[in-house]
Amino acid sequence: MFRAHWWAAVAAVARQVGDLEVAEDAVQEACAAALAQWPADGLPESPRGWLIGAARHKALDRVRRERRRADKEAEAVREEAPSHEAGGWAAGTDDELALIFTCCHPALDPAARVGLTLRAVCGLTTAEIAAAFLVPEPTMAQRLVRAKRKIRQAGIAFKMPGPADLPDRLGAVLRVVYLVFTEGHLATRGDALIRGDLCDQAIRLARSLAALLPGEPEVTGLLALLLLTDARRDARLSPAGDLVLLAEQDRGRWDRAMIDEGEMLVERALRLGRPGPYQIQAAIAACHSGAATAADTDWREIALLYGELIRYEPSPMVAANRAVAVAMSEGPAAGLVILDTVSGDARLARWPQLYIARAELLRRLGRRAEAVAAYEAAVALEPPAAERAYLARRMREW
Amino acid sequence: MVKYLFLLYGTSETLPEPGTEEFARMRADWDAATGAMARAGVLIDCAPLQPPAAATTVRVRDGETLLTDGPAAEIKEHFGGYTLAECADLDEALKWAATLPVAHVGKVEVRPVVQVVAPAEQPAG
Repeated sequence: MFRAHWWAAVAAVARQVGDLEVAEDAVQEACAAALAQWPADGLPESPRGWLIGAARHKALDRVRRERRRADKEAEAVREEAPSHEAGGWAAGTDDELALIFTCCHPALDPAARVGLTLRAVCGLTTAEIAAAFLVPEPTMAQRLVRAKRKIRQAGIAFKMPGPADLPDRLGAVLRVVYLVFTEGHLATRGDALIRGDLCDQAIRLARSLAALLPGEPEVTGLLALLLLTDARRDARLSPAGDLVLLAEQDRGRWDRAMIDEGEMLVERALRLGRPGPYQIQAAIAACHSGAATAADTDWREIALLYGELIRYEPSPMVAANRAVAVAMSEGPAAGLVILDTVSGDARLARWPQLYIARAELLRRLGRRAEAVAAYEAAVALEPPAAERAYLARRMREW
Repeated sequence: MVKYLFLLYGTSETLPEPGTEEFARMRADWDAATGAMARAGVLIDCAPLQPPAAATTVRVRDGETLLTDGPAAEIKEHFGGYTLAECADLDEALKWAATLPVAHVGKVEVRPVVQVVAPAEQPAG
């Protein structure tokens, strides 16, 4: 029940005391106090206001205590920072944006940005984040402490970036949300192929960001992309837990409400006339969700969209995906020509999807020995267990 | 306000010979970058350093002072100069660091300076 208020509470307190660690601890303590007090006294009129007020009190208490200790290393509270005391807790959304932009600051280690965001913005515990990324809890705790120390020592300010920096900085924020989602959608670690809790968390984040930044089409595009992708969650795994290819999924099990919302959002974003990589990926996802059967898929449109996407993300992965789309619209030989132009790229050498795509095209061309070699190359890269099972099945099916 | 020390790293190969046209251009680029910092009121001090060969490394162990000829760490890129600036926050410091010519051919490490209270200013007790 506190998670809905966590982001706003940490943001308000962090802005005031200028220290994320102090803010998180104070909000945590305020939640504990609420748990003890609310059942007896009844729910306060504004639970969020109550939490922020209590947390602020605890944070300022701690800062004063630490200052009295005259520890020369303890940094002073930023007293010049405007106090929200008079305006009450409703100071609001600027603080929330400032907090997430701080957690995703490009001067921080990329791995730490994800953890910091899940902790400070989403309110996950360190144990939950460690479990999500399958690292020991002390490792994650240390990573978070180090990142928070860097924010404090390096003088990373709790503020929204200026207009000139916004596109880059927003890109870093969206990247973190996207990483949380992909970690859940196609788990790179562990044996579970989909970790729904992380997908839900990422969608919640994207939804809040879209509400906070309604004029940014890439934010809307990211939310659309996540909804359209996650709508297929139930259909992506067979009852045995194997990965089901898009073409073989039971489309009746796709979540219609999520698809409708995603399609509506991607159209709204594109109408703003400022396309970007997330909007284009969402448009690609919409091509799939709009097809009643796999055979109805408009692969020509998808190939065109991947061609657009390459302009923003000139990566061999995007080129490989375009090759698959071309193969679907113009035939496997045409796709293989494009795929061969990127398959030598060192960045793809450890990407199982390249070998899977190659194997599928070779299979359709009847080049059996080469197809089997490509499947084996994919297996050798040790993809997640469920994907391995799919590959084994695929090789047996000859 | 926070003080930031920009540690300027480059290789000797990236430095043009004095007297050449490239050297003059580099000086002009430096003057433009540091001039802009000075006009913005963030520049405290800046200077190039003599080459690493002129360095002496000092260590005191068990009361004994050990001197070594040369820099503390043998690395390909050497610490060749510094800029000290006072900025509102890291974003501002990073922006200025990126304007220095060495950022384009070498690297700039931005390190926040710890504010140390001078002994005389320390409160008693």
